[in-house]
Amino acid sequence: MYKFTASITKELRLLSRDRVGLMIMFAMPILLVLLITSIQISAFELVNNSKVKVLLCNKDKGKGSQEFLSYLNEVGRFDLVNIDMTDRNVGDQMNDHDAFVALYIPEGFSEQIAKKASYSADKALVEFGINEVSDTLRMVNVDSLTIYFHPVLQQSLRRSIQGALKSVVQLVESKSMLNALYFSINNKPMPASFEKELFNNQIGIREKTTSHNGSRTIPNAAQHNVPAWTIFAMFFMVISLGGNVVKEKLSGSFVRLKILPTNFIIGLLSKQLLYLLVAMSQVLVIFSMGVFLFPHIGLPALNIPHDWLALIVVSLICGMSAISYALCIGVFAKTQEQANGFGAISVVILATIGGILVPSFAMPKSFQFFMNLSPLHWCLEAYYGLFLEGGKLSDLTSSVLPLIASIIVLQTIALIGLKRKNLI
Amino acid sequence: MSNLALSVNNLSFRYAGQAKDCVHDLSFEIFVGERFGLFGPNGAGKTTLMSLMVGLLKVKEGKILLLDKDLATEKKAIKHFIGYVPQDFAFYPELSPVENLDFFGAWSGLDKRTVKERTASLLEVLGLTDVAHKPVKQFSGGMKRRVNLAIGVIHEPQVLFLDEPTVGVDVQTRHAIIDYLKVLNAQGTTLVYTSHHLKEAEDLCERVALIDRGEMVAYDHLDQLLQRHGDNSGLEDLFLKLTGSAYRD
Repeated sequence: MYKFTASITKELRLLSRDRVGLMIMFAMPILLVLLITSIQISAFELVNNSKVKVLLCNKDKGKGSQEFLSYLNEVGRFDLVNIDMTDRNVGDQMNDHDAFVALYIPEGFSEQIAKKASYSADKALVEFGINEVSDTLRMVNVDSLTIYFHPVLQQSLRRSIQGALKSVVQLVESKSMLNALYFSINNKPMPASFEKELFNNQIGIREKTTSHNGSRTIPNAAQHNVPAWTIFAMFFMVISLGGNVVKEKLSGSFVRLKILPTNFIIGLLSKQLLYLLVAMSQVLVIFSMGVFLFPHIGLPALNIPHDWLALIVVSLICGMSAISYALCIGVFAKTQEQANGFGAISVVILATIGGILVPSFAMPKSFQFFMNLSPLHWCLEAYYGLFLEGGKLSDLTSSVLPLIASIIVLQTIALIGLKRKNLI
Repeated sequence: MSNLALSVNNLSFRYAGQAKDCVHDLSFEIFVGERFGLFGPNGAGKTTLMSLMVGLLKVKEGKILLLDKDLATEKKAIKHFIGYVPQDFAFYPELSPVENLDFFGAWSGLDKRTVKERTASLLEVLGLTDVAHKPVKQFSGGMKRRVNLAIGVIHEPQVLFLDEPTVGVDVQTRHAIIDYLKVLNAQGTTLVYTSHHLKEAEDLCERVALIDRGEMVAYDHLDQLLQRHGDNSGLEDLFLKLTGSAYRD
């Protein structure tokens, strides 16, 4: 037992003197999780909560365009700024007004809408067999609205704006057509109360987020970022643990230990146990920050999953995965610079393909295979299962089993490496 | 039980990918309580031989017996009574001498109280008490050598292998280390020692083996060896006479 406690004490002493390693394992992820969550919250608010400034040039003075603009205002997503512009100077106007979208309503838009509605109503009456076919019944083409986008505007946002405009145009068109139809049948305008009843009683859409077993954890930026950057922090122990193994190899300590009457497995176990405690401390510190600090600085609080046991087990497995990776790097790196350089770059690459830096659903399909090779991906999947889906341990087998397999493979590779290098 | 501390029989060793043996058909014996010197120019095979004798390299051809135990089959038991002081510093520079000795003492199979007692006594003898709690990385070369030695002897081994234990130290430290080794030997520890300081070797060793290109060139009591080769000017001249004066590395 004394051998084991002496080994743990030695590792603890070495770790406490590795200030750079401690900074990387604790200060860096704390900063990252704060910064990335704040930035994502801002971006989220920009896209979802802020109004989009739209420069409006309305060359039409009729009722149709007024109705169109009134509905557009009701959507609540657009801040309309009236200007006079031409096709030539629209770019300059957008720059001057700091706007990403401009809308041009052509002259005679209302009149054309009314004509189209009248045609549609007459056509409908003919089709219903109420009226006879007339020679004057001709299809009317309405001049298009023109929408200008700044080149930097994302495709998803363009589509969302176009969708909103199309639905408003459709509403105006439908309303005009129904009015024309009513007038054709009843020879009087549609009563305002009936019109209100028709158009204000739309079918609503309820938004719900799915979860396992009815658990109601509300997803937010903290639920994504806190576990993701905790995993990143765990894997960055490659700098400290990988460097520690390289130092032991280079300092000749491994050689001396090899001739002492103690099994080297005790050394490896004590090293891994200490770093597992480090990983758990990282989880505790970063998660506590998400729970207690975030609400005080205007960030959404982290909601801890209900299944505490699953959270502890997943954290332990993620920690072991990070330790096994760091151990492997340490065994095969020839110098500390190699361990630090390769270790850090490889963790960033594995984090990227594993969905820590870029969401995995945003990756091309060809990357799916590489994503599965990253242990960080499986760690993230396991945490997502807990934090976003409210899953239990039994729901996480699809992500936990690959992690356990990767731990076994990495530990075996590290042991083979130590054996081949004649270090154990 | 014989009075042999070490018996090397027809030992040969070749590193993977090399055409020639690094150690070729070596045989010699070292008696219990003896101070034995192993000398040779750079690349002679001294460190390889030392690594084979302490079990760092696996014996593939020949046999090594340590205190009558076969190194190939009883390595685990042998580890308890041998000590090794490697040429390169082999400790944790971030830790203090006390912290290093605490860890290596435990791994040598000692209990906590014994480690504490021996640490205090070793630090006293080797003049490290004042710096007992400072990180070793702040030490001079001589102090680091003494820490390296202390770690190798904390478990009071019966046979102590020393690979150039005084390299890179000043005269004072060298004398202190040699004096301490003599004390250890007087207490019964068999010393197997390599060095480039042949004057120092003359002072310390009773018997020597001279190896060159992996083969035994001379092996006897130091005074008899000098007498036989008609060279009374010392080990250094005999060394040059037997191994030549050309560069070896």
